[in-house]
Amino acid sequence: MAVTAKRKPEGIRETIAGGVARGVRRYYDLATSRYEEALASMDASTTVEFPNTGYYLPVIYGITGHVVEKLEDIQWVLDEAEKLIPPEPSPKMWLPYLGETLDGGMAALWLAEIIEALKYVGVGPSPTEGIWLGFADDVIMRQRGVEFVDGSAPGFAAVTGAAPDVETAVALAREMQGKYLYVFMAGESRGTTFAEQLVEGGVDVGWETRLVPFGPEIYGHIYSVNFATRAAMAFGGVQPGDFARILKYNKDRVFAFVLALGEVDDLKYAAAAGAINYGFPTIAEDDIPQILPTGVCTYEHVCSDVPLTEIVSKAIEVRGLKIVITEVPVPVAYGPAFEGERIRKDDLYVEMAGPKATGAELTVTAEDVEDGKVTVVGPDIADIEPGSTIPFGLLVEVSGRKMQSDFEPILERQIHHFLNEAEGYLHVGQRDIIWERISKKAVDAGFTFEHVGKIIHARYHSEFGGILDKVQVNVFTQEPEVSALLERAQSVYQQRDERLGSLTDTSVETFYSCTLCQSFAPDHVCVITPERSGLCGAYNWLDGKAAFEINPTGPNQPIEKGMTLDEHMGQWEGVNEFVYSASHNALERFNAYSILEEPMTSCGCFEAISVVLPMCNGIMTVDRDHTGMTPSGMKFSTLAGSVGGGAQTPGFIGHSKFYMGSGKFVSAEGGIARLVWMPKKLKEELKELIGANAASQGYEDLYDKIATEENGTEEDEILTFLTEVGHPALEMDPLF
Amino acid sequence: MAEKKTGNGNGYAHKSMDPAAQEMLKVAEEKGISTMFSRVDEKGKYCSVGGEGACCKICFMGPCRFTGQNKDEKRGVCGATLGTVAARNYLRSCAGGASAHADHGRDMAKTLLAVGRGETKDYRIKDPLKLRRFAGYYDIDVEGKEDLALAAEVAEAALNDFGRQEGYQTMSYRAPKKRQELWDKLGVRPRGFDREVVEAMHRTHAGTDQDAENIMDHAVRMCMADGWGGSMIATDISDILFGTPKPLSSESNLGVLNEDEVNIIIHGHEPTLSELIVDAAQDPEMIEYAKSKGAKGITMAGICCTANEIWMRRGVPPAGNSLHQELALMTGAVELMVVDVQCTFQGLVDVAKNFHTHLVTTSPKGKMTGATHMEFDEHRAREIANEIVKMAIDNYENRADIHIPNFKQEVVAGFSHEYIRYMLGGKFRESLTPLNENIINGKIQGAVAIVGCNNAQTPQDEGIVNLVKNFIENDVIVIVTGCAAHASGKHGYLNPQMFENAGPGLSEVAETTGMPPVLHMGSCVDNSRILTLLADIVETGGLGEDISDIPAVGISPEYYCEKALEIATYCVGSGVYVIFGGVDSPVKASGVVTDIHTDGWEEKFGGKLEFHPKWEDIFEHSMAHIQKKREALGIHEARERVLVDMAERRG
Repeated sequence: MAVTAKRKPEGIRETIAGGVARGVRRYYDLATSRYEEALASMDASTTVEFPNTGYYLPVIYGITGHVVEKLEDIQWVLDEAEKLIPPEPSPKMWLPYLGETLDGGMAALWLAEIIEALKYVGVGPSPTEGIWLGFADDVIMRQRGVEFVDGSAPGFAAVTGAAPDVETAVALAREMQGKYLYVFMAGESRGTTFAEQLVEGGVDVGWETRLVPFGPEIYGHIYSVNFATRAAMAFGGVQPGDFARILKYNKDRVFAFVLALGEVDDLKYAAAAGAINYGFPTIAEDDIPQILPTGVCTYEHVCSDVPLTEIVSKAIEVRGLKIVITEVPVPVAYGPAFEGERIRKDDLYVEMAGPKATGAELTVTAEDVEDGKVTVVGPDIADIEPGSTIPFGLLVEVSGRKMQSDFEPILERQIHHFLNEAEGYLHVGQRDIIWERISKKAVDAGFTFEHVGKIIHARYHSEFGGILDKVQVNVFTQEPEVSALLERAQSVYQQRDERLGSLTDTSVETFYSCTLCQSFAPDHVCVITPERSGLCGAYNWLDGKAAFEINPTGPNQPIEKGMTLDEHMGQWEGVNEFVYSASHNALERFNAYSILEEPMTSCGCFEAISVVLPMCNGIMTVDRDHTGMTPSGMKFSTLAGSVGGGAQTPGFIGHSKFYMGSGKFVSAEGGIARLVWMPKKLKEELKELIGANAASQGYEDLYDKIATEENGTEEDEILTFLTEVGHPALEMDPLF
Repeated sequence: MAEKKTGNGNGYAHKSMDPAAQEMLKVAEEKGISTMFSRVDEKGKYCSVGGEGACCKICFMGPCRFTGQNKDEKRGVCGATLGTVAARNYLRSCAGGASAHADHGRDMAKTLLAVGRGETKDYRIKDPLKLRRFAGYYDIDVEGKEDLALAAEVAEAALNDFGRQEGYQTMSYRAPKKRQELWDKLGVRPRGFDREVVEAMHRTHAGTDQDAENIMDHAVRMCMADGWGGSMIATDISDILFGTPKPLSSESNLGVLNEDEVNIIIHGHEPTLSELIVDAAQDPEMIEYAKSKGAKGITMAGICCTANEIWMRRGVPPAGNSLHQELALMTGAVELMVVDVQCTFQGLVDVAKNFHTHLVTTSPKGKMTGATHMEFDEHRAREIANEIVKMAIDNYENRADIHIPNFKQEVVAGFSHEYIRYMLGGKFRESLTPLNENIINGKIQGAVAIVGCNNAQTPQDEGIVNLVKNFIENDVIVIVTGCAAHASGKHGYLNPQMFENAGPGLSEVAETTGMPPVLHMGSCVDNSRILTLLADIVETGGLGEDISDIPAVGISPEYYCEKALEIATYCVGSGVYVIFGGVDSPVKASGVVTDIHTDGWEEKFGGKLEFHPKWEDIFEHSMAHIQKKREALGIHEARERVLVDMAERRG
């Protein structure tokens, strides 16, 4: 039943409540003096901002609704924060302090955000020096947001301080990576920082490995909190200033916790109290007072004196998180954190396929599959000279009662992720354009080609157990076997492409829903049709179909189209009914092919946004990697703020890049020929897709008529360009 | 740990467990002054016929007495049964109690109206946010309205609830949905307050309602017109005018009186005048005047529920509960005692005659032969307050021997429902969720409200303090109001250091929040705060769908008055298990009415009323009830921790 708190002589009151009170005061003093320093050297109207975000100073904006754009806007924040600084509880006749302490923690967050934002205008140390990354902009937040949505990242650990030694730091980081967690790092103890220890231990840090060094001071953890705050606004559709919902969203959906290594000082107590407002508990190595009663966080609020060997699993339990790990029998570390890892030349043991050798991978349904059998045809790693390049082929044969040939490409495409997640294994591309590398370290650890097969076997069973029963893998490392596989594979690829091309919205009776992101965007629902893929770009119609077979009660459900209500707009009776209930009665109907009339909603993890440009009688498209201004007068980050969170906004849609190759891309308004502007980089990336789509609609030379930022970012400049090149949109029916 | 005071062994432990009271009773004995403590022994033999509800004198053919072995077979002259007679007696007692509380509420609404209309400049709106929330209950549009205009509109709406001829008490819609459905099904949702009381008097007139169950149903309906009406309006408007309480530290018991200062005691129930007397006494000019008369300053202290009002809003130290009223004068150090309404006893006149003390009555509803009457009028409130304070100062020079007992305890008080929400999550996460969750996880086993009076028939504070001590030791959080709050304070239980004496779970919660394990929630009219809290606990979730599902008990261990019965009755109607102690049931003679109080009401309302004179029995029944409710909720055993995966986060 009741667990007894360890009682320290000073206890919660003096150490935690008192520590927060003293700590917040220090935040306030530093923020105020930095602000005054800034005012002394620059104009009060100087712009204050984090790079590339539509959310100003996100914690302050999210919680209070207050916009800080200029230096002088900070004064209001300082005044409001000062009101929240709690008194230190009196040693004998104290008044209740919990509410006041939590308020003080919130003030500490606002003040930390001011301190960090001022670093960006040159007051205080640079926020991005050396290994430190500083603010995570909206591009990162949206990209990584997808991982939080689909479960490949269950949550994040906000690590503060440093481990007793480099080896322990590396072990802790590996353990968290192995549990798929993001590790956000800021603040020091023991005279160093966790991030610096990792670098010293030869660990790659950065967003790619999920080990993110925000800053050397505790203030840097504001980037953890403002990441979480933006998630609520971007994916949850919470309005800035609606603090109760932002904090509840984080408590319920963002599974973060504070891992305090080494000594916890007053500044850290204050930051931890701020985190508790978000439902993020603190798990400390140090022997500090514990707060075990539950309620503000899901379970305990502060757990302390936890041995470092247990601290990660303790943290996961305290945060109420369940992490399901597939055991993959390989001698190296394994997990999504290693997906982004590079293998440098001097660590390279063997290179497979790529530009210098033949390669192909193929997943097919077969008879007489012997589950778990891995056959290596050709030399295994031990027989290969270090530094060589070899031909490489993978033939994966599966069988199962629910297996369909339509699912083969879906399974095949996953090989890329599954192999990449092994530490020391690099996989690029798919089909016949694969390029793979294995590191010396992996080989030293005992990694062989047989493990390639074991990884695929284990992951296929864990991810696709609902549709397949048996998996066997053939690894070819020599000619002529690889070339033979290549020949067979190419004919299969061709059949698949033809099949995919024949799938249209009218040729099927069933669409698929995708509510995968309802864990983050509770009001959004994607409807995936053959001609319109999910807006995150990760799911097409076949994926939806397979996912439903794998997990019949999962986030992808079949939607019977029912009666066609409007073929031109893309509206069906069955779809409307589904959308109404899946959006919790927020939306009555939607048009799959229109940007102007009741368009589809967006979560927040869309790859691109299209926006109507009224003057040009067309639309522009911008992807999330483009941080510059657009002719709509808004950057991607601002646009994203107005279309995310399940809101239906006429004139704006979020979508996948791939959708731009579809004949149904804004077809209600005239299709691809309406496209008048896009970022140059995106345009080049999608050249073939757009060209083919335009050609199929009779616009052979459309590609060259689409403006980019090189032609301008003002709508009238674009109009001039369109007129010069004779863009077809100008001749089309008026949009309004 | 708080300083523990035990009795001083002077032979008065059977009268009071409070050492200050024991000391003053010795003084009374020496001076030959009679008090409630002595008169209770002189009043003669206990009349079990009247005392147990078996005497009917509502008409003049009687009185009819139902005594002896076959009392249930007896009939009155009119043919009335004992059940009818006891039920009528009970309803009439409740009518008295409900009227006292609701009339307090009406006066608060009238003050708010005068403030809103600009007829008095002596008050202002101290909690404009609460004014707006309160206006919301009346569906009054608050957009763009000035405080005063809105106050007038709200006051009119509130006043309408008293004389309402159609529809129901507006505040009744604040109850949990399921409770409201039950009231509507049973036809007991309270209507206009005045109507309910008039109807009670009508029903109990000779030859009208002669069905015990029907009479007792009306008792519930009428009392709820106060609990979910008059009292709730009184509390909310007091907060609007004088500020919503949040914890303050102060000191409690007769030791707060100051030998070098002018001592003024405010006694009674309403905050309207007392708030301004506090203002007047803190006025530097007035303090200078006191100094000119040889005093070092002015000490304000309170007794009974006026004390609670100014204790939790202004930090004015409470001198004691209702049985302390005569003892305070016995110190000889009180220049003036000002009283308004309820529980201010005529015995004060005789005690005051022995000292220089001025006894001042202020309410037109509450004059006392032998006291000075200075009638309160909210339109010139500050002026009257000034006159009273000046009168006290002028009396300082008339002091003779003084005897102030050196007993006081440090206390923290002022836990409004609003502050409790704030305490549990701060401005940004305020809610009752942590309370509910710690009840669910068993750190807190349940909650009891210990409320109400002292009774001269039982040792002062003994039942209250023993229960408080045992409950907190067993991880039951305690809420106190009224004179029970004073008792808790005087004996150290409102000191936050007391967390060390609580059970391990409650102690952890108290240490986390910084609260004492016993929360002072206000005066007796503020028992409406407890209803609001209970409704919010249900709304917060996890502890059932109705108040009757919560592992909680309402207790008045030393009840003495009609108001207490009335509070018990509206609590039962709201679904609460209520236990009264000290003295036995006032309707004990009737098995029929006793069955209605217990099984009958439990079946209907999910709450019931029992009388257990001994505190040990109250404790045992309470703990059993808490355990029963925990079992019904399925929280009596530790639950497995729920760990969330991605699928569970969706939707």
